[in-house]
Amino acid sequence: MALDDSKREFRFVGTRPDRPDGLDKVTGRARFGADMNAAGMLHGAILRSPHAHARIVRIDTSKAEALADVKAVVTRADFAEVPFKPGLAGEVWNVLENVMAGDKALYDGHAVAAVAATSALAARDALKLIEVEYEELPYVTDVNAAMRQDAPVIREGAADFSVPDDMHPNVVRRHESGHGDVEAGFAEADLVIEDSFETEATHQGYIEPHACLGQLGKDGKGELWCCTQGHWIVQKTCAALLGIETANLRVTASEIGGGFGGKTTVFIEPVALALSRKANRPVKIVMSRAEVFRATGPTASASMDIKVGMKKDGTITAAQGEFRLQGGAFPGAPGDMTAMCAFAPYDLKNVHQVGYDVMTNRPKQAAYRAPGSPMAAFAVESVVDELCRKLDLDPIEVRLKNAAREGTKASYGPRFERIGLVETLEAAKAHPHYAAPLKPGQGRGISCGFWFNHGGETSVSLALSEDGSVQLMVGTPDIGGSRASMALMAAEVLGIPYENIRVTIADTASLGYNDVSHGSRVTYASGLATIKAAKDAVRKLSQRAAAKWGIPEDAVKWEDGCAVPSGPNAGDFDPLPLAEITAEMGQTGGPISGHFEATPEGAGVSFATHIVDAEVDRETGATKVVRYTVIQDAGKAIHPTYVEGQFQGGAAQGIGWALNEEYIYGEDGRLQNAGFLDYRIPVASDLPMIDTVIVEVPNPGHPFGVRGVGETSICPPLAAIANAVSAAAGVRMRHLPMSPPRTLAALKARDA
Amino acid sequence: MEYHSPASFDEASALAAQAQGVTRFLAGGTDVLVQLRSDLVTPDTLIDVKRIAGARDITRNADGSWTLGVAVSGAEMREHAELGRDWPGLVEAMDLIGSTQVQGRATLAGNLCNASPAADSVPAMVAAGVRVTITGPDGTRQAAAEEIPTAPGKTSLGKGELVSALHVPARGDRGGDAYLRFIPRTEMDIAVVGAAVNLRLDGETVTEAWVSLGAVAPTVLLVEDAAAAIIGTTLDDAALAALDSAARAACSPIDDKRGTVDFRTEVAGVLARRAARFAYARAKGDAK
Ligand SMILES: Cc1cc2nc3c(=O)[nH]c(=O)nc-3n(C[C@H](O)[C@H](O)[C@H](O)COP(=O)(O)OP(=O)(O)OC[C@H]3O[C@@H](n4cnc5c(N)ncnc54)[C@H](O)[C@@H]3O)c2cc1C
Repeated sequence: MALDDSKREFRFVGTRPDRPDGLDKVTGRARFGADMNAAGMLHGAILRSPHAHARIVRIDTSKAEALADVKAVVTRADFAEVPFKPGLAGEVWNVLENVMAGDKALYDGHAVAAVAATSALAARDALKLIEVEYEELPYVTDVNAAMRQDAPVIREGAADFSVPDDMHPNVVRRHESGHGDVEAGFAEADLVIEDSFETEATHQGYIEPHACLGQLGKDGKGELWCCTQGHWIVQKTCAALLGIETANLRVTASEIGGGFGGKTTVFIEPVALALSRKANRPVKIVMSRAEVFRATGPTASASMDIKVGMKKDGTITAAQGEFRLQGGAFPGAPGDMTAMCAFAPYDLKNVHQVGYDVMTNRPKQAAYRAPGSPMAAFAVESVVDELCRKLDLDPIEVRLKNAAREGTKASYGPRFERIGLVETLEAAKAHPHYAAPLKPGQGRGISCGFWFNHGGETSVSLALSEDGSVQLMVGTPDIGGSRASMALMAAEVLGIPYENIRVTIADTASLGYNDVSHGSRVTYASGLATIKAAKDAVRKLSQRAAAKWGIPEDAVKWEDGCAVPSGPNAGDFDPLPLAEITAEMGQTGGPISGHFEATPEGAGVSFATHIVDAEVDRETGATKVVRYTVIQDAGKAIHPTYVEGQFQGGAAQGIGWALNEEYIYGEDGRLQNAGFLDYRIPVASDLPMIDTVIVEVPNPGHPFGVRGVGETSICPPLAAIANAVSAAAGVRMRHLPMSPPRTLAALKARDA
Repeated sequence: MEYHSPASFDEASALAAQAQGVTRFLAGGTDVLVQLRSDLVTPDTLIDVKRIAGARDITRNADGSWTLGVAVSGAEMREHAELGRDWPGLVEAMDLIGSTQVQGRATLAGNLCNASPAADSVPAMVAAGVRVTITGPDGTRQAAAEEIPTAPGKTSLGKGELVSALHVPARGDRGGDAYLRFIPRTEMDIAVVGAAVNLRLDGETVTEAWVSLGAVAPTVLLVEDAAAAIIGTTLDDAALAALDSAARAACSPIDDKRGTVDFRTEVAGVLARRAARFAYARAKGDAK
C-alpha cells in the first residue's frame, strides 16, 4: 500500500539531537519502577517453589499472618476465577497460573504465595514462616525429552487443534507452511546438507528488575505504577486476574531500564494489587535478580533439523526445517514464528517448514527481540555457510543469487513488497570489512536475518499550548529513544523546532488503547500516528488562519511552521506562524489539538546482513569477537544515532547469546545460574566496536518510509558468529552458546 | 545480629571465642555482605577487623620480606609500586578480583578465609610461599597459606582464631611469579581454572619452583610434581609438556555450570605452561 502523502525531503528527520530523557537519566532524576513510594506503603515479597514440578498439597500461612509486621498474605484463592482454554486461547488463564500457582508448582521459582509487610526485610522473613507441603512430581526441562512418549505430562488438554492426536500432550501447538515440492528440489541439487542444531534459553538481561507500586481499594478502583513495555496490556490483564473492570485501574508506565520483549506481560503487578486489596494499603514489589532469572520470561530454547539443497552455481533448489521450541510450562513458545522466519531471506521454489510449541518445567517464556528468528537463522545460515564452503562459493554471492526481492513469494506465504535485503548484501560486499585480511587463528562469518515487524493498535494525541509549544502524548513506553523520534516527526510536520515539543508516555486514563512497545512497532506505528495527529492539528491551525484572513480553508497551506496562502490567487497575506495562531486560540474557537488512532498494517518487513570476525584460542576454546559490522535496512532513520544504538544492541546481545549466555538446569530440575555471575552477559571489555551501516529502502507503508529496527538486529548475530567461530576453529559449531567447554570439546572431537 | 569493632586482634579473638551461633569476621565484606544480602549466611556476630591498628599497613621488613595487614585492600596493593615490582603475580592475582569498587574493599585475608577453591589470590599466595599469623585464645601461631582452606567454605581456623597478618617472603635475585586464570569473559567473572607459578633461576636454569592450581579440586593445590617437572630445566618444550601433564594429573575437579571435568583438567595444563613461561620471563627480567 503506497501512501499518497509520503515525504522524502526532510528538515528535522535524520538529524541527531539529544534525547529529551537524557539529562534525567544521567542525573538520576528519571523515575524507574522502584523509585515510586506512597504514604503508608507496604512491601510485598513472593514465596517461590523450590521444585521443578510438584503438587501443592497444603499451604499454611497462619504463622506469617500472626506477625505484627505482616498486613496481608495472598495465595491463588485471592485472584479471580478465570476459565481454562487450550493453547493461546487460554492466555489469561496461563498468565494467572504463572503469576500465582494453582494446584501445582510448575517450575523452580513458580510463585505460590505472597506477603505484604511493613518493611522489605520483614516481608522476606515472613515468607520463611509460610509452610507449603509439596508432593514432588517427575519433571522435564529439555525440549526433545518433553516430546517423547514417556515424558511427564505437564498439563492435559493444553494442546490446541493444530496438534495431531498421536503427539505427547506437552506438544501444544504445531505450525506448517511452505510451497513447492521439496523432494523434487532436493533431487535437482548437486549437494544436499542435512544437519541439526540447538540453542539454549537466554534471558533478555534487562538491567532494571521488575518493580511496581499498586493500590486497589475494596471499591474495585486502583492505581498502578510499574516498569513495563505496555501499560494497557497490564491494565487489561490485571483487571481480568483480579475480577475488576478495566477502566477502574489506571496504570502509569515508569521509565524503563530495558525490556527487550521481557516486559510485555505481568508477573508481580497483579500480586501487588491483590495484596493491596487485602491490606487496604499501597504495596510495592521489587524483584531480586535471582527472581528475575527464575520467574520472569526467558526466551525459548530450540532444537532444529535443517535440510538444504544447492546446485554448483549456488542456486538453492529446496529447503526444509523442523523447529522444536520449549517455552516453559505454558503454551507460547514461538515455534510458528521460528519456522516462518527461517528461510525468509531466500527466494525459494521449494520450501517446507514445521514448528512445534512444547511445554517443559521451566518458567513461561516471554518475547525476546524477534522471538524465534535468531535461532532459526542460526540453524539455516549455518547450513548455507557449510554449502558455500563445500562448493567453494562466496557466501555473499550465494545469498545475492537467492535473495528475496520485491515480488518474491515469501517462504511463509505472502509476496514481499519493496524490501531492502539485496541492498544490505551489496553494502556488505562493498564494505572494507569484507575484504580485510584475517590474522591466523581468525575466521569470518556472515549471515542474513529477517523480522516481520508489526503495526498494532495505536492512539496518539497532540495538544498545542498558547505559546506555541506542543505536548505530544503517546502510549508506547520509550524503550529505545522513541520520544526523540516522535518529537522529530512532529517537528517535521508542524515546522517548529524539536525542542518545542515535549513527548510524554501517557497513562491508561489519558489515551485510547495502545499495544505494547514490541514488534519493532513504535517508530513505525506511534510515528505514523504522530504524523497524522500533527497533520490533524495543522488542518485546524490552517482553518483558523483561513477564518482570520476570510479565505476558504483550501486556499491555505502549511509551510515552515506557518499558515500561508496557497498561491497568489488566494490573497496576499503575511505568513502566520503557529505561535501567533495559538496565542489567540481561546478567542478563535478554543483549544487546538490533533489526534489519530488506528491499527496500521503497513509495518514493512526488514532484513539485515552481519559480518563478524572471531578468534579462537585452540588450547582453551576461548572465543573473542574481534570485528563486527551490522548492515540493516531502516527504511528511513528518523534519529540515526538511536537506529545505530539498536543495531549495536542487537549485536551485543547476540554475542552474549552465541558465546556464553544460557539457562543451565541441573539434574534436580532447578536453575543453576540465577545471577549475573554465572549467567554471563558480555561486559563492555568483551565487545569490539560494533560498526553500523544504515541502509534506507523506504517502507511504502509509512509516510516517511520507516521500518522498525529494534528486532531484526538480533536475527543474524547467532549465525554470523557461529559461522566465524566455525571457520576459526575449523569445526562446525552446532550448539549455542559456544562456551569454552563446548568449543574445546568440539576441537578435541575433531582431532580425535 | 551483633556488630563489633575491636581495637586489637586479642580482643577480636576473645569476642569470637565467646560468640554464639554464626560468626563472621568483616574485612572488606565483599563475600560476607553478598552472602548476607542473598540470604545465604546471616551471621549472629560480625567482627570488623578494619579498625585494628596496623591492619591496613604494607610493611617491607629489613630482610626484604613483606608483612601485609589483614585489611589491606586490593587497590592499596596495586598502588604499592615496590610490592608490585617484587611480587607482580601476587599483586595481579589480587587485582583480578572483582571491579574497581570491589578492589577498594576486598582483601587477601578475606579471599583466603572465604575458602573458595576458585579464589584468585590464593594460588598466587601459595606459590609465593605466603605464611599467615593466626591469633587465637591460646596466643599466636603461624601457618602456610595452603594450610588454611580445608574444603569449600571451610578453614583450619579454630573457634576464636583469626588471621592477624600475612607474610610474603623476600623476593631475592632472579625470581619471578605469575598468576593466570581462565574465565569465559574478560573480567567480573569467577575462575574456572587458576594457575600460579613462582620460580627462581640460576642463569637460564630453574633452580626452585612452586606451582599452585585453583578451581580444580576442593581446595587450592600446591602441586609438587609440577614444580619438579621444571626444576633443573630451561623451561624447554619437554619441560613444559611434563609440567602440563603433572598439572593435569593433580586435578580432581567437578562438572558444574562453570566447566566440565575434561575442560578444567585440560586448561589447568595449558595455564600452568603459560604461567610458567610468564614467571620465567619475569625472572630473567624480560617481562614486568
Ligand atoms: C562483584 C564481586 C566480584 C568478585 N570477584 C572475585 C574474583 O574475581 N575472584 C575472587 O577470588 N573473588 C572474587 N570475589 C569475592 C571476594 O571479593 C573475595 O573473596 C575477597 O577477597 C574477599 O575479601 P573481603 O575482605 O571482602 O572478605 P570478607 O567478605 O570481609 O570476608 C570473607 C571471609 O573471610 C573471613 N575473614 C575475613 N578476614 C578474616 C581474618 N582476618 N581472619 C579470619 N577470617 C577472616 C570472613 O569471616 C569471611 O568468611 C568477588 C566479589 C564480588 C562482590
